[in-house]
Amino acid sequence: MPGQEGRTEEWGIQVSHVDRRFGKKMVLQDISLEVKPAEVFGLLGPSGSGKTTLVKIIAGIDEATRGTVVVGGVQMPRIDMLGKIGYMAQSDALYTDLTAKENLDFFASLFGLPSKQRKRRIEEVMELVNLTDSMKKLVSAYSGGMKRRLSLAIALLHRPRVLILDEPTVGIDPALRASIWNELRAMGRAGTTILVTTHVMDEAEKCDRLGMLRDGRLIAVGTPDELKAHTHSATIEEAFLAYGGVRG
Amino acid sequence: MRIRALAFRIWRQFLHDKRTLMLMLVAPLLILTLVSLVFNGSTYRPKIGIVDVPAMITERLSQEDVNLISYASTTSALDALKTQTIDAYISMQNGTPDVVLEGSDPSKNKAILLDLQRLVQASPGSPAGSVQPKISYLYGSADMSSFDNFGPVLIGFFAFFFVFLVAGISFLKERTTGTLERLVATPIKRWEIVIGYVIGFGLFTTIQAILITWFSVDILGMMMNGMLINLLLVTLLLSITALTLGIFLSSFANSEFQMMQFIPLVIVPQVFFSGLFNIDTMAQWLRWLSKIMPLYYGADAMRNVMIRGKSFGDIAVDLAVLLGFSIVFMVLNVLTLRKYRKV
Repeated sequence: MPGQEGRTEEWGIQVSHVDRRFGKKMVLQDISLEVKPAEVFGLLGPSGSGKTTLVKIIAGIDEATRGTVVVGGVQMPRIDMLGKIGYMAQSDALYTDLTAKENLDFFASLFGLPSKQRKRRIEEVMELVNLTDSMKKLVSAYSGGMKRRLSLAIALLHRPRVLILDEPTVGIDPALRASIWNELRAMGRAGTTILVTTHVMDEAEKCDRLGMLRDGRLIAVGTPDELKAHTHSATIEEAFLAYGGVRG
Repeated sequence: MRIRALAFRIWRQFLHDKRTLMLMLVAPLLILTLVSLVFNGSTYRPKIGIVDVPAMITERLSQEDVNLISYASTTSALDALKTQTIDAYISMQNGTPDVVLEGSDPSKNKAILLDLQRLVQASPGSPAGSVQPKISYLYGSADMSSFDNFGPVLIGFFAFFFVFLVAGISFLKERTTGTLERLVATPIKRWEIVIGYVIGFGLFTTIQAILITWFSVDILGMMMNGMLINLLLVTLLLSITALTLGIFLSSFANSEFQMMQFIPLVIVPQVFFSGLFNIDTMAQWLRWLSKIMPLYYGADAMRNVMIRGKSFGDIAVDLAVLLGFSIVFMVLNVLTLRKYRKV
């Protein structure tokens, strides 16, 4: 049934043989992985392993030196695909001299949200990240955790089919972190493909599948249980060390 | 000990920031060189047109430090005066020397009147001496102040300077806070970012231009002979040039501080060539530099409107050049934004 096949393939991510070189420095080396539609895929790796570079290439902001990236059946980078992808960078990229609502308004217009829907959608995402009460506050008065949440709210504004989050829970307290992860899992179930990077091992357990990145190479891919079983490890952390060849 | 540690740290930071180091060492030398070139130029030789004047006057005049150019009629001399080929012309009207000055630069007026005075004093009893020459001005007047002359340049300069700095820094912040990355993760096209900036700041600078002009003319009493709309047009185009240049250069700065470092490199030289100082006394190769400076065209148009009361047609070339600069910088901006997103 080709029709059905087309639909399931629709919002997956296929990365094949991607290299990224900055000058002489090889940041990513021969990365191939597939993220299935509506799954929560975690990219696990220490800082400097190339996570951010990889997700930027997938998001269509950066370009691979070699190899191809296909998102939703379209080869990246493509400007019209940017409206279907939600990207939240590692830093809280917000206009601190504007209020939260003004920030949301601005990005909602950039994504072309019709003004009728805009107000309702802004309220929805702010409720999701538990910031409804601080809507009219200047972002400069926000705490670190609030900024992170607003950042996430902006990435969700245009109901992206593919959501790419670079270290989304840094600086967020455990309770809120749990609620954000619940939300991500719910979105995954509702059909959103989610790619999330993290260096926190216990977060990795919450992903459907994991890719382990080290020094620009993908050292393992699988479900958390598969990875642990394969290396006879009790935790993801041990599994990571085993794949990296560090365990004694 | 702690003081030494702090002093050492500052020294180390300097060594890491080679640009700041260079700026502190080289920029003063650059500016001093410019100042010396501007002020050590030869003294200005007024260019005086003569229309059918007695040989004796011509002879006397040629002893003064002036350039004499003969014209067949007062009409052709007047044309030369309008294009600023000459600074003044002398013709005889009923036996009296009739002097018409271009008039927009008080320092040139003074130089010419001084030469004429010497001419009169040097020839007591002679026909030229017995009759006081009749003096009139094409633009301006005898009581025109220096402020009227360089005021228009200052208006242009302030519009240029502040827009350059504010736009440059705000775009720099967009980069350093990561909002630019977020911006390029939306479907906005690169040229849309540039045009968006131009329009956003354009509205703001229009208000700024109106305020500056109103204050200069109505409160400070600056000479204003042209149409306000032309003046606003010049200020707006000058601001857009400054804006696009500021955004372009901001991509070569990593901090607000480094943005400030463009002031002595980009802004100060323009002041010297904007017409605040007489370009005609500079070396020939140096004069050529003024042609690549946006402020030169802006200041020229401002003066034409405010002092000489010229219309749109007369400043169209200056405006076109400013528009050209803006377009070039905008294209460069769209290209440099490729650094942040490839499509």
